[in-house]
Amino acid sequence: MYWMLEQFGNHHAVELPDGQMLSYAELAALADQAVATLGSGRKLCFLLVNNTIESLAVYLGCLRANHVALLLPENIDQALLALLQESYEPNATWQKSIGWVNRHSYPVPMHADLKLLLSTSGSTGSPKLVRLSANNLHSNAESIVEYLQLTANEKAITVLPMNYTYGLSVINSHLAAGATLLLTELTIIQREFWDFFTRANGTSLVGVPYTYSIYRRIGVFKRMHLPSLRYMTQAGGKLPADEVAEVATWCQEHQVRFYVMYGQTEATARMSYLPPEQTLIKNASVGIAIPGGRFAIEDDNHYELSSPGIDGELIYYGPNVSLGYAEKQSDLLVGDLNQGRLATGDLARYDCDGYVYITGRLKRFIKITGNRIGLDEIENRLKQIGLDAICGGKDDLLCVALVSGDVDQTSEILQREFKLHHSMIKVIAVESIPRNEAGKIRYEEVFKGMY
Amino acid sequence: MTNEEKLRTAFMSTFNVDSEVIKDELKYREIPQWDSLAHMKLIAALEEAFDVMFETEQVLDMSSYAIAREILAKQHGIEF
Repeated sequence: MYWMLEQFGNHHAVELPDGQMLSYAELAALADQAVATLGSGRKLCFLLVNNTIESLAVYLGCLRANHVALLLPENIDQALLALLQESYEPNATWQKSIGWVNRHSYPVPMHADLKLLLSTSGSTGSPKLVRLSANNLHSNAESIVEYLQLTANEKAITVLPMNYTYGLSVINSHLAAGATLLLTELTIIQREFWDFFTRANGTSLVGVPYTYSIYRRIGVFKRMHLPSLRYMTQAGGKLPADEVAEVATWCQEHQVRFYVMYGQTEATARMSYLPPEQTLIKNASVGIAIPGGRFAIEDDNHYELSSPGIDGELIYYGPNVSLGYAEKQSDLLVGDLNQGRLATGDLARYDCDGYVYITGRLKRFIKITGNRIGLDEIENRLKQIGLDAICGGKDDLLCVALVSGDVDQTSEILQREFKLHHSMIKVIAVESIPRNEAGKIRYEEVFKGMY
Repeated sequence: MTNEEKLRTAFMSTFNVDSEVIKDELKYREIPQWDSLAHMKLIAALEEAFDVMFETEQVLDMSSYAIAREILAKQHGIEF
């Protein structure tokens, strides 16, 4: 278990931008101290985290003391936080600027296997959470260590938020390897970030598709000199095949391993990876299942398809498949509903070597800067506040057709509640919503030419 | 439109904020609207408005409204 920090003793666990170093033993002490005031008994805690040592310590402290934590972004929308607090009634909340706020001390009934809660998107206005067990967290971290070939010599810099499943998996897997985290709130568009990375000899960079477009724009693949870089990973949505090829070519020339990966919060983080030697050959593939996992592709009648080239729903089996969802406190008492099987909601096919290609989605969602946004959820939220609207779009573009209500105002509400940049939202006014004979909304007709 | 107005307009429309928010001291991440995503939109908006191309160093250094003006003036010859 990666939270047994003592196993790596005096090795450096964390390096901070100011040069401060913390050993695994010191991190363990800090983690235990961070939750000391919670007292005895298993607690449900909301943690508002960012990439700071305080946040890392309190997260690890909860794991070590067997409290159940929900990781949330430090800048979470206050209305969403209030909704979550109402739905789950946590014992205490924590954020760096305030510290612990105890809310009540009644024991919250929780299943023995429950270890951590994560939100599937971090921003949608729903209290839906993913329930993770100790085995989920441990097995996924170990699997990532294995296929990325992580050793204690790695120095991973934090690029993504800790509350985001991909960002968290970087932290967890490097702790599992006894490696060093370059922990920082600096972002990739700041000179100080790159100064820190270079000075500390960072060995890896990660990112969602949008991160890669920034990497490209600021010249990571042209002008920057990053001699300590050993590997890069990409997940959180599909990077176009030509961009995969561009990054892969640069990486090959610079002896950097480049891994395209695929996963979901429902599988703790990771389900597949594309081995770097295949990246240039199979640049549209999400690769093969991670060690310990297995894929199946099923037709509409749930029969497993084995021939290449036929689309079906992608199913994943593995020890990292979450216990299930929660929408309210009483769900925390429920055990393992998934039993190691996850229907991903993605359509996929194999090639003749058994590599998986995602070809579409069964569920109506898009990804905005790597975060999943449910289109039906947004429609429901708009309905709640009295707006008759339907949603469509593609990754990094949400389209809304509005029957009643103000176009600009709706855009502003979406920006605020779902933390979206206005350039990623298109709202149009329509007279009515076209439906077919069966009453189904004809989305293609409404959003024709918009994406 | 003067160059100062062009600069101000690019900031206002990228961040979708009112004019009074845009001050010389306004820094990256000081307001929630200026995150890394918006920063790249800002770079694109400034490049279009002033018909310039920013180098890596300039993209990374443009950490406040005043510095954006300074980079445009000193390194691209835009008069303010």
